[in-house]
Amino acid sequence: MHPRRRKLASIDSPLQHHFVGLEQQHEASTLGMWVFLVTEIMFFGGLFTLFTVYVTIHAEAFAEGSKHLDLLLGSVNTAVLIGSSFTMAMAVKSAQLGQRKPLLGFLVLTMFLGCVFIGIKGIEYTHKFEQHLVPGRNFHLDSPVAQNVQLFFSFYFAMTGLHALHMVIGVGVLTWLLVHSWHGRFSPTYFWPVEVSGLYWHFVDIVWIFLFPLLYLVARHA
Amino acid sequence: MTHTIVPTRIYVQVFAALLVLTALTVAASFFDLGGGRLHYVNAVVALTIAVSKATLVVLYFMHVRWSSRMIWVFVGAGVFWLLILIGLTLSDVLTRQWIPALPPWGLGLKP
Repeated sequence: MHPRRRKLASIDSPLQHHFVGLEQQHEASTLGMWVFLVTEIMFFGGLFTLFTVYVTIHAEAFAEGSKHLDLLLGSVNTAVLIGSSFTMAMAVKSAQLGQRKPLLGFLVLTMFLGCVFIGIKGIEYTHKFEQHLVPGRNFHLDSPVAQNVQLFFSFYFAMTGLHALHMVIGVGVLTWLLVHSWHGRFSPTYFWPVEVSGLYWHFVDIVWIFLFPLLYLVARHA
Repeated sequence: MTHTIVPTRIYVQVFAALLVLTALTVAASFFDLGGGRLHYVNAVVALTIAVSKATLVVLYFMHVRWSSRMIWVFVGAGVFWLLILIGLTLSDVLTRQWIPALPPWGLGLKP
């Protein structure tokens, strides 16, 4: 479809011409996002599986590595992310009801909490660099299992890094939503972009819900 | 429109439950629940809480509770395939030491 026509479609009539009705269009967009999220489940699932395998093999080293993580900052970040999921759910509700101002407010709050999360993650990363716990040439730890602790930190940076990347993309998507909400593009009949972005945001929250106990909690007693 | 508008009260309750569960899982990590042969109890507790939290998010924040059967099938398929991935992999890794006669073919059998 020509870009200009698509823009017109979203302003004049929310229904794209290839759908029977709004109901079908809504169902299709939600289902499409879920299909993408299923591929994301498998994408992160591979890392989770590998982590589980290695935590059973190198239990002692992973426990030692886990003790070097900042449990307080990790817990605070979990609460921040859960809070952002709540504000996102409220943003979707505001869009469903066609309330522009609450929608803008909740979107800004969600973006803010998302940025707080990324910021705290940045502080944690900085500490790891200062403590020479980043895998590579400068990794240094006085431990008989230092090599395998390095392996733990490889998992830590790969998994939290990919998660943080998803957060950055999420904040980008929210920026796009914010611009369109500002111009009043969303209405009770056309809100699926907000809802579908919400699904993505909640999924990234769920990934962290599993990352947090695995990296910060479980490995401590492995 | 037939979309379910979820009452704010439910969102607040789910939010509160998620925070309580987070506090619970952090608190539980300070105790050595099993020890010795039951060293996996801590992991079971933490993962049970994580699965409960994820279920709350999927059902309420992601509206799956009020979604069509088609969505249920897709979500279920994702979880099912993830369980295959983890389950079949662990069925290999965790059972290797059950047969001591086998040669130490890597994967942690050497220090």
